[in-house]
Amino acid sequence: MEPFTTFCAVAVPIDIANCDTDQIIPARFLRRHWTDPDYDKFLLHDHRFGEDGNEKDFAFNRDAFRAGRIFVADVNWGCGSSREDAARVLVANGVRAVIAPSFGDIHYANCVRNGILPIRLASDDCAALRRQLNDNPGAEIAIDLETQSVTGPDQARYEFAIAAADKHRLLNGLDDIAVTMEYAEAIDAFETGHKARLDWAY
Amino acid sequence: MGSTLFDKIWDAHVIHETEDGDALLYIDRHLIHDLHYWCFGAMKEKGLAIRNPGQLFATPDHSVPTTVRTIAEIPEGEMRETVEGLQNYAEEFGITHFPITDERHGIVHVVGPEQGITLPGLVLVCGDSHTSTHGALGCISFGIGTTEVMHALATQTLWQRKPKAMRVNVSGRLGFGIGGKDVILAVIREISAAGGAGYAIEYAGPAIEALSMEGRLTICNMTIEAGSRSGIIAPDETAIDYVRGRPYAPEGAKWDAAVRHWRTLRSDADARFDKEVDLDGGAIQPMVTWGNSPQYALPIGEPLPDPAGESDPLVRADMEAAYAYMDLAPGMVMSDVAVDTVFIGACTNSRIEDMRAAADVARGRRARVRTLVVPGSGLVKRQAELEGLDKVFADAGMEWREPGCSMCVAMNGDALESGQRSASTSNRNFRGRQGLGSRTHLVSPAMAAAASVTGRFIDVRQLGTEA
Ligand code: SF4
Repeated sequence: MEPFTTFCAVAVPIDIANCDTDQIIPARFLRRHWTDPDYDKFLLHDHRFGEDGNEKDFAFNRDAFRAGRIFVADVNWGCGSSREDAARVLVANGVRAVIAPSFGDIHYANCVRNGILPIRLASDDCAALRRQLNDNPGAEIAIDLETQSVTGPDQARYEFAIAAADKHRLLNGLDDIAVTMEYAEAIDAFETGHKARLDWAY
Repeated sequence: MGSTLFDKIWDAHVIHETEDGDALLYIDRHLIHDLHYWCFGAMKEKGLAIRNPGQLFATPDHSVPTTVRTIAEIPEGEMRETVEGLQNYAEEFGITHFPITDERHGIVHVVGPEQGITLPGLVLVCGDSHTSTHGALGCISFGIGTTEVMHALATQTLWQRKPKAMRVNVSGRLGFGIGGKDVILAVIREISAAGGAGYAIEYAGPAIEALSMEGRLTICNMTIEAGSRSGIIAPDETAIDYVRGRPYAPEGAKWDAAVRHWRTLRSDADARFDKEVDLDGGAIQPMVTWGNSPQYALPIGEPLPDPAGESDPLVRADMEAAYAYMDLAPGMVMSDVAVDTVFIGACTNSRIEDMRAAADVARGRRARVRTLVVPGSGLVKRQAELEGLDKVFADAGMEWREPGCSMCVAMNGDALESGQRSASTSNRNFRGRQGLGSRTHLVSPAMAAAASVTGRFIDVRQLGTEA
């Protein structure tokens, strides 16, 4: 996984409250593999493409936003289904950070495990950022994970909170399984005791 | 300070905790459905072994057409590949698997409790957000993403941060015709679709204690729709009676030891919750959703809300978008709205009690619109047929199908056409969830059956006089 340290890119405003993972990637694409050459098109597919397959008027379709690698979203981004495809389809589009007032818990974890930095900022701050991006398509946002800060197009600086463990994972691009394997002895010992204590379950 | 029910189970499963507050949690049971079959292949590619195949249970549900009984009958393509892929890997890795020819197969969240795989006091995970369902039996259960699925397969553990604690107290007695679905829709309306994010929710109070296991499973199922990964209810005699005698439940001396342990699983009187929410169970009405988030729920008789009365501009815009998508307008009452299709099923409401509630309404009446009734498992189907419910549905002109996720999610052949409106017992009314352009209204099984026999939304309690 690619480490996340600092990142500066064009940011895209996504003005959809409660944007569930069914919207981020509709269920009918869930059996398509992440290596599918068309995978990137599935991101927010039904917002971006009409039933005839033609592009609709949507921020991410506009030329100024096509290079967008940071999303600024609305409340409860990624709620609903646990599908990790919703994080993978962001990866497929090179999106490395999503800024929103709140996230679905499972999607938040899925982002972190795919090298995407989910940033919680106050609802008013997200709205202000989206307004600037809508007014200046193509404007950039800068993110520094080490100092936990975001700098908006108007140079306003926002600080965000993140759990230390998630920060560590992202900064170092860590794969959890490899980390956990280092605890193999502790797991073995725990398992033996646990299965004796809860012997009715085993 | 005392511990919550959730704390007690959590603490008993922590292998290691880092200074950062990340806990390495032991996983007792891991359920797998068809959409994650390819994880096994990915594991092989990475050279990873499955640590404890005996703690894994697999059944196909999402991709199973509800019109077939064998894999050979599934049309060639993605659906068949997925169902077959799960079966092949399960055999290769020696995992307990209920294939579609086995009566025990069905929706993973119906099968787990039904088989006694889900037990109080355990930690159970599945790569599906509605894993919150299983907490109704007094365990910690939560949905995970694919990377976490593979992590759990390889290590039998997961890194998790302990969620905050919320308790939802439902006081009083539920009225006639009111069930778990109405309760959870009322809860989500109260706390919002994001209100539970970061929390595990314990449901408590007399109205919850009086509910059947089926009603409780419905409530915990939709906990994710309130933003929370985990719902839990203290295991009482109702839960213990439910588990007794199930195929994978403990027996003999182990059963006695289990029950002794389970009776200790409740929140202490002085346990502290970060948030408490109180609802009057006696005031809950039959609920229906009108928008594209489960929080847009209201009692069937109430006029649809006016976005102009909403102070938050974001919520206002969201409501306006929902009205446009759903082709409804503020001030309308849902009982004036006609439906095109009725779907009774999904892991929310496809257990035997749900089938009975729908059949009670259907008995002696005729469906006015296309109605699908889909049991949650082969065993629910068999039980319903033993009780003659399949005949009731057939006599009413409803379609009685093979078990699966069906029209809850448009990926197995059952779907709405664009612009069609459904009364559905599933759990998500998201845009396009039941097919591109579909319009979903969430209701209880009794309300769905009432919509079927009248062709519109109606308070099921009025049906006796009207239809
Ligand atoms: S019935 Fe619906 S919500 Fe439940 S597991 Fe299947 S697709 Fe998911």
